[in-house]
Amino acid sequence: MAKKNRFVPLILGGILVVAIPPFLGGYFQHVLILIMMWIIMATAWNLLGGYCGQVSFGHAVFFGLGAYGGGLLRLHWGLSPWWGMIVGPLLAVVIGIPIGLVTFRLRGAYFALAMLALGEAFRIVFTNWVPVTAGAVGIITSRTWGAEKLPYYYITLAIAALSIYVVYRLVHSKFGYYFVAIREDQDAAEGLGIPTTRYKLYALIPSAFFTGLAGAVYMNYFAYIEPHTVFNLSAVSIMMILAVMLGGAGTLWGPAFGAAIYTILSEALRAAIGPISYLVFPIIACLIIMFLPDGIIGDWEKIKRAFSRQKPVYVGGE
Amino acid sequence: MTLLGQTIITGILIGGIYAVIAIGMTLIMGVMKIINLVHGALMMVAMYICLVLFKSFGVHPYLGMIPAMVILFAIGYLLQKYFIERVSGVETILPESQVLLTLAMALAITEIVRLIFSSDYQSAYTPFSAKCFYLGDMSISAPYLLSFGLAMVLVAGLHLFLTKTDLGRSIRATSQDRDAAIYMGVDAKRITNFTFGLGTALAAAGGALLLPVFYLFPDVWHPYLAKCFIITILGGMGSTVGALSGGLVLGIAETFGATYWSPGYRDVVGFVIFIFVLLFLPGGLKRIIGR
Repeated sequence: MAKKNRFVPLILGGILVVAIPPFLGGYFQHVLILIMMWIIMATAWNLLGGYCGQVSFGHAVFFGLGAYGGGLLRLHWGLSPWWGMIVGPLLAVVIGIPIGLVTFRLRGAYFALAMLALGEAFRIVFTNWVPVTAGAVGIITSRTWGAEKLPYYYITLAIAALSIYVVYRLVHSKFGYYFVAIREDQDAAEGLGIPTTRYKLYALIPSAFFTGLAGAVYMNYFAYIEPHTVFNLSAVSIMMILAVMLGGAGTLWGPAFGAAIYTILSEALRAAIGPISYLVFPIIACLIIMFLPDGIIGDWEKIKRAFSRQKPVYVGGE
Repeated sequence: MTLLGQTIITGILIGGIYAVIAIGMTLIMGVMKIINLVHGALMMVAMYICLVLFKSFGVHPYLGMIPAMVILFAIGYLLQKYFIERVSGVETILPESQVLLTLAMALAITEIVRLIFSSDYQSAYTPFSAKCFYLGDMSISAPYLLSFGLAMVLVAGLHLFLTKTDLGRSIRATSQDRDAAIYMGVDAKRITNFTFGLGTALAAAGGALLLPVFYLFPDVWHPYLAKCFIITILGGMGSTVGALSGGLVLGIAETFGATYWSPGYRDVVGFVIFIFVLLFLPGGLKRIIGR
């Protein structure tokens, strides 16, 4: 019974996201594609950051590599950018493994800083290594379907669903319990015989893969990449973290929820109040961290309590 | 040979300015044990204060440094007391909520400044800015040299403050062992607030020293924040001497990278040092120097 109930909203939601978009205008389809892209990235970040507790400030590395994997094939050999959907995420994983082996020796904030440093280093190298990466000029690819947005939407939707499913399966297996154990107390986890570095890598690999896949989708959809957009610290690495925090780190649906709110909010605010919207976002982030540190999904009980606090008083009064 | 000497001189001069900003960071990190990402943005605010003083009242940035330091001390103190303090010790799933809070504050401050001053590049150009004199074939830029001299004065003053006064000793005690300091009657919370203000004021001083030799825009702080971390990690947390030597090492390493490798890769040198120090010399230069 309980199990049935759990699947009903999921199926209804699934029908909605598949059936509605064809009837929407181009702009709304564009926003939906962005939402799905951010859901992929936030979900991927959450696996490493939220479940395994390794807060990475440099996931733009994987996003950028995912985007550049196909971009470089296009630039040097003129291959279709769709190859990027395979090569990009694989490149992110191949480079991610040595990064993980080095940085996982560091803990907490030092890991975060090392990733931040790596993210910036990649951005600088991709800007300056002109013969290989075309530098700040960037790479132009072509869109397969021209102005048609719907195919891109269904592709990102499928990847987003896949990423959530993969995280769900991982978290509900032995891996998930190991990840949470590492997050809660690394020394205790090690004491219990969990090879922590190896399990952090097991969290990093899918995380890097899906972030890279989002990068490859970005490259295909926007048909233009350059180092400062795909390796950007504040617009990619940090926004991934904020989207996860908004929804709730360490929850399955939190990141997706946060990513959706984040995208809708930033689009709506930009239309409504112009440049001031860039100020509103960090302020919202401050408020979330101060008052709802576990995010909207994670602190749902707290929110419910805050709104229902009057009720018992009324009942008691009578 | 001239090139080598020139590289070393430029590196030392710029490294001294880095050191002032980084000492502010190392003090804060030493006492609070958190990573403070708002440091660079506050430095940028100080630079804008100096710029406004210069443009509207003709106050030279070296003099504008004093009001800027006072204002930034107050801002830092209040930010710590009313925002960052609230988040400390709260149980959350993500362990880095304080770090994220300072980051969000840094982004908010940047956007506020951008709304007021726009993203245009600005600079406080004085006739003095282009002066330089020669040592053999090597040129030494006068504003760099003066900034370096002022930076060293500040570092020396701070060192005296930390070693000779009661307040300074309390800061060092809190940094070394917070619990023990509390047992000895140190008001650790007040000291933390004060240290945050002091560290921010030092960032303001560093910003004011940079203004005559550099240009200014709201995002100017990103590389400096990164340099602060590199120096703090290189020098060891909470150590003034470590931060000074770290600043000089980074300054020289960067100019070497720029001269002999490629100017574009200048910042990569710092990141490479950063990761190597984290991996092979945890504790930083402090461990080699001693105390």
